[in-house]
Amino acid sequence: MTIASAQEKTALPTYDNRTAFADELIALAREDERIVAVCNDSVGSSNLVAFRDEFPDRLINVGIAEQNMVGVGAGLAASGLVPFVCGAAPFLTGRSLEQVKADVAYSQHPVILCGMSPGMAYGQLGPTHHSVEDLSWLRALPGLDIVVPADRRQTRQAVRAAAAEPRPTFIRVGRHKVPDVTSESDVLERGRMLTARPGDDVTFIVTGTLVSRALEAADRLAGSGLRARVLNAAYIAPFDTDALASAARETRAIVTAEEANVAGGLGAAVASHVGTLEREARVPLRILGLTEFAPTGNTDFLLEYFGLTAAGLAEAAREALAHD
Amino acid sequence: MTEQTLTRGEPHATALTPDPAQLESWRALRARLADAPPAERAAALATAARQTRRSVVRMIDSAGQGHIGGDFSVTDILTTLYAYVLRLDPGEPERAGRDRFILSKGHCAASLYSTLAYSGYFAPRELATFMQPLSALNGHPNRTTVPGVETNTGPLGHGLPVAVGEAIGARLTGSDARVFVVMGDGELQEGSNWEALMAASQYRLDNLVVIVDRNRLQQGARTEETNALDPLDEKLASFGCEVRVSDGHDFAALIEAFRPAERGGPVAVIANTIKGKGVSFMEDRAEWHHKVPNAEQVRQALEELA
Repeated sequence: MTIASAQEKTALPTYDNRTAFADELIALAREDERIVAVCNDSVGSSNLVAFRDEFPDRLINVGIAEQNMVGVGAGLAASGLVPFVCGAAPFLTGRSLEQVKADVAYSQHPVILCGMSPGMAYGQLGPTHHSVEDLSWLRALPGLDIVVPADRRQTRQAVRAAAAEPRPTFIRVGRHKVPDVTSESDVLERGRMLTARPGDDVTFIVTGTLVSRALEAADRLAGSGLRARVLNAAYIAPFDTDALASAARETRAIVTAEEANVAGGLGAAVASHVGTLEREARVPLRILGLTEFAPTGNTDFLLEYFGLTAAGLAEAAREALAHD
Repeated sequence: MTEQTLTRGEPHATALTPDPAQLESWRALRARLADAPPAERAAALATAARQTRRSVVRMIDSAGQGHIGGDFSVTDILTTLYAYVLRLDPGEPERAGRDRFILSKGHCAASLYSTLAYSGYFAPRELATFMQPLSALNGHPNRTTVPGVETNTGPLGHGLPVAVGEAIGARLTGSDARVFVVMGDGELQEGSNWEALMAASQYRLDNLVVIVDRNRLQQGARTEETNALDPLDEKLASFGCEVRVSDGHDFAALIEAFRPAERGGPVAVIANTIKGKGVSFMEDRAEWHHKVPNAEQVRQALEELA
């Protein structure tokens, strides 16, 4: 694999979604006294300093103990509170996976799990600190919503939606800076994908950090006269099989891309449903994501290494269309 | 047992609901025990516990599976809690401000289900469905199908963290409820419990009562021969607990041990128990962790528990 030395830069301003998350959580906490935050010593990295200053009693810091943290979240939810349980995504999901399964999903305690700095946001800190298995692990748990906001607006909407109708939910709160990709009129709806761009040649189904990159890939394809549809899959679970089926019927290929392992995440959700459709709708499919533990490098480098760039997405689309 | 048709994707079990007749009898027992002299109270609790143990024998006999040894070591603790200590109303299982109980050693579900049924949470006749296809009464407790179950347990080391969350939650919501959790002693080998104890101590949770069913046997051997827990009292004390050691089969001693905290932090009750308690040939024998009695053993057990 050849790795271009230049990293793709976007001209648009970019933002760390954790700021939007913290602001919205504080706004909600002012309106609703049931809102509490739980963390594993991650007051700083979960961006909860301002929350703690304003609501010292409502920030429960259990120390570096993720299994207990998720159990405590379940107990708080069982007490009628709305707990936002925050921790670095790799530890929140991996270390306490059985608690997420038994105490949250199976018990149906309405805990909002907030996985901070997901994907390869921790770059050079390496695979121990990357959260690229979370989508696969959590998608296997019935009764757990999985939300991957793509920008500041979706992050705020995800926080608000979780508090409005509390149910077991995992929200991936991105640290790697991304541009805004949604507009005022884009409303986050449970179990729905947003059409970020219409098109009828090929469909990109993407999530989180990959949405802006897919839009850029669509621009590139437009130069060749190809119209790419871009679907922002903010909800990995429940998954929008209707929009997927329409894409499979109305366009000639599908490319998925996620900052996650290809085994079991968004791409797998797409593949397992496309396979159930009528023959004509079983279009060529390319699933982009991680296929191995990442080498050393910063986040932008690693996204490029795995082909998770506008160029990589456009190339995958052309290749898939060639198989049409 | 009512007939059910398997429809995937739909709720598996008919939700259980409080049983009016049983509720009335539980309320009468509670009222009687509240005013009874200690000896009479202990005698009545012993009668109730024998009824629960007989029920467990019948459930495990019928299901052909279960964890009878641990069911029997914890029965007197459960009986004391539900017939005398816990402030709750089985007629309104979700009532705000109720005391909370979590059976962290969820494999002893048969004993819990019997206790809940005799407390009126649901009709005792439902106990016959234990572990049958589509029954609400799974081999491990499920709060979405069994009223009175506060959280799903089964994998060890889960109940105490949830109890800590409930104790913090009670404080934040201005409730004076207490939270009781029963742990197996072998279960304390799970690290999550020690995380939870540290937090319980840090938050000075004087509304939390951690009860250790100290029967000294785990699945295949003695705890002390596997991954020793002693000196358990010192360990729990060093984690900030107000430790009380009690005979886990002495009702008056258990009631005394379950009194409110006196030192402003979590209470840990080491209840010294006997695995298989109540049936001579099962007592303190590791093989009765999950052995199923044969027909003759069932007959003899029921006779001893009569």
